[in-house]
Amino acid sequence: MATVMSPRGGGAGTKLPPKISTRNLDVYYGNFHALKNVNLDILPNHITALIGPSGCGKSTFLRCLNRMNDLIEGARVEGSVLLDGQDVNDPRTDVVALRRRVGMVFQQPNPFPMSIYDNVAYGPRIHGIRKRGKLNEIVERSLRQAALWDEVKDKLRQSALALSGGQQQRLCIARVLAVEPEVLLMDEPASALDPAATFRIEELMQELKDRYTIVIVTHNMQQAARVSQYTGFFLKGELYEFDETATIFTTPKRRETEDYIRGRFG
Amino acid sequence: MRISRLYEMWRRFANIASLTITAVCAVVVMAPVFIILIYLLANGIRSVNWEFLSSLPKPPGDEGGGMANAIVGSFYMVGLGLLLSLPVGVGAGVYLAEFGRSRYGNAVRFMADVLNGVPSIVIGISVWALLVVPMRSFSALAGGVALSFIMIPMIARTTEEMVRAVPNSLRAASLSVGATYARTMWSVVLPAARGGIVTGVMLALARAFGEAAPLLFTALGNRFWNLYLDRPMANLPTQIYEYAKSPYQDWHRQAWAAALVLIAVVLVLNVVARMSTRERFRALR
Amino acid sequence: MEAQASADSKATDHARGATFWSDRLFKAVVVACASVMGLLLLLFAYELWQSSQLSIRTFGWRFWVSRDWDPVRERFGALPFIWGTLLSSIAALMIAVPLSLGTAIFIAEVAPRWLRQPVSFVVELLAAIPSVVYGLWGMFVMVPWLRENVQKPLAQRFGFIPLFEGPAVGVSMMAAILILSVMIIPYITAVSREVILAVPRTQREASYGLGATKWETIRYVVLRYARVGILGAIILGYGRAVGETMAVTMVIGNRPDLTTSLLQPGYTMASVIANEFTEATSPLYLSALTEIGLLLFAITLLINALARFLVWRVTKGEGRY
Repeated sequence: MATVMSPRGGGAGTKLPPKISTRNLDVYYGNFHALKNVNLDILPNHITALIGPSGCGKSTFLRCLNRMNDLIEGARVEGSVLLDGQDVNDPRTDVVALRRRVGMVFQQPNPFPMSIYDNVAYGPRIHGIRKRGKLNEIVERSLRQAALWDEVKDKLRQSALALSGGQQQRLCIARVLAVEPEVLLMDEPASALDPAATFRIEELMQELKDRYTIVIVTHNMQQAARVSQYTGFFLKGELYEFDETATIFTTPKRRETEDYIRGRFG
Repeated sequence: MRISRLYEMWRRFANIASLTITAVCAVVVMAPVFIILIYLLANGIRSVNWEFLSSLPKPPGDEGGGMANAIVGSFYMVGLGLLLSLPVGVGAGVYLAEFGRSRYGNAVRFMADVLNGVPSIVIGISVWALLVVPMRSFSALAGGVALSFIMIPMIARTTEEMVRAVPNSLRAASLSVGATYARTMWSVVLPAARGGIVTGVMLALARAFGEAAPLLFTALGNRFWNLYLDRPMANLPTQIYEYAKSPYQDWHRQAWAAALVLIAVVLVLNVVARMSTRERFRALR
Repeated sequence: MEAQASADSKATDHARGATFWSDRLFKAVVVACASVMGLLLLLFAYELWQSSQLSIRTFGWRFWVSRDWDPVRERFGALPFIWGTLLSSIAALMIAVPLSLGTAIFIAEVAPRWLRQPVSFVVELLAAIPSVVYGLWGMFVMVPWLRENVQKPLAQRFGFIPLFEGPAVGVSMMAAILILSVMIIPYITAVSREVILAVPRTQREASYGLGATKWETIRYVVLRYARVGILGAIILGYGRAVGETMAVTMVIGNRPDLTTSLLQPGYTMASVIANEFTEATSPLYLSALTEIGLLLFAITLLINALARFLVWRVTKGEGRY
């Protein structure tokens, strides 16, 4: 399948150039062909959701966008991922700089065993910001953006591990926002959270989408329908269908997509 | 966020420099193994000959002679230590694996680890007070007992791991055909764990074989043949120590030869044990 | 599946219930074996305590602060040995810790996969070499080399510093420190490596995801997460350094002085026992040496208990912060 799945079927974003495009993207874990020839354009300042049954390759795809697959023993990536037209997989690409531009939020909240303040300040500090005033400013701004400031402003010096799961996940979002990324990758960010905390995260995504390009992987179709403007459906390592979210969930073009969203498998 | 180019370059430099330093650390740490082995070979190989392996020591100052009694004595006392420590160590290991989740189990595990850290010289004095003083003589028995005290916690901890690694389905299969628990442990679980236990025992033997400190005032050493339990017995580690301290050139030469024999036994035990563990763990996965 | 699981749990219930006399006997036997651990520790404590009585009654607490060690006039004080043990073990730790940590990091985080096993294996061999072999090599190879190439230049140029006072004699505190550091490196490395490998992958991913370099991730995330366990590894290595006997005895020079110079001979608690126990003829002399053994036992007991507690907390997942 060589056709590029791109959001040009009409709608608000048509005039924008894509923030990220993948071309002929394949991933292998040893002998396992995890991702097969994915061609996809992702628009800036929108939320793009990737859905599909578990093991379909959606998380693998997400991890290609900031080269997290480099960390997995035996993983091999072929094809290109273009970020603003620059190939991410080019050997000359500076991975460290790339990952600062493309931030990631993981399935399980993974705060460092440090204080709340130090968690958020971690990114800015490694990028060379040492001045107290500047750091305070970044920490406050990031925590406000992540809608966590009011809950933690009096206990910034306490351990991040004492926070609830939902608070920890928002802290992880604040930690990513502190390095001012352009793209936010979210790998099932709410799967470990209760409904109330999930709602807070979804609300937060809506507030963030004006400033960031957001790609979210989720196995929860209602969530994809609620938060995203575009949705891609993955199955067995292939991108089966990509369209505006409304279209995917009302009039999908392929039978597999329809089967999945009707809950017939996976 | 404003990123300073200079600082970014520094970060990447610091990254590469630090990772390189860890590699240098590894090389520095590994170097002594090779240096010591090379010196042992260079200084010892020519002296490990039939005379050395088959004859008794000559009186101080005389050239020639060998360490036949010390070689036999080392095997004798390590064997005695094994005889005493194997049942106790395996029994304690089975207890830890099967009933070790209890409060007492945790205490036993903790004490085994602490016991492992007790300096061997301290074990030496304790056994001296326990056996040498009442028996009024240094003895092979005291040496073997001291070595067994070193081996017991080591054997217990490896046995625990190996018995725990035996799949529960194997136990269930035996119990479901009506075997008693004791029968199941004896005829199914322990045989299944035997290979791993042997590995652990070999590592314990390697350690005991090289220990001089616990034998200094238990077995003492002996210039002559002895196979009696209640008399002093020669052994390689203390013989190396005595010969190295002596003023005689020829004894220094023999100390190197003895050290080469000692390290050969220890290395063979280690290499075989570790290679078989690797196979075993691969098979388990 | 379910049937299998219930059969399993039934099997274990049945097992732990120990209904048959043979089962009860089996359990009694293994409990007895397990109890040997505690009994041995008690035995050591009892024997050392009993044999030290004469010295304890004769010298009292002054034994620990007196610097006299005069077998001829039967006046004994343990201070030089306590001092020598402290100085040599702490200095050895200062050399061994950075090297061990670097090596553990290299094995766990930096080395390519195929290199990890071989490097670990060689480092483990370092622990397998018997103490008396280290001593032999130290005596005949390291000590003469140190004397000619390190100690003489140091004594000539920096002899005015107390650390390098006196003539270069070879057998010395410095030689003991070097040998000790080589001998404890494998223990610190092995435990640190385990602790570092136990750091969850999500921690590393979070750091890389923020644009950290590998080194920054190791330095600020991995080592921080693992720090309690690494402290345990260091204390464990310290315990080894305090109790190490043969190699130290053979290179330290065995002189009961309170020296601050690394070039001068010294003495440690373990080495005075190894060196003088068989020559000690009077009951008081033997008892004094045994009392040093008692102290050594008590110290290593405390050190090991502390280290095991720290490592245990980490590997059981209770030491996360």
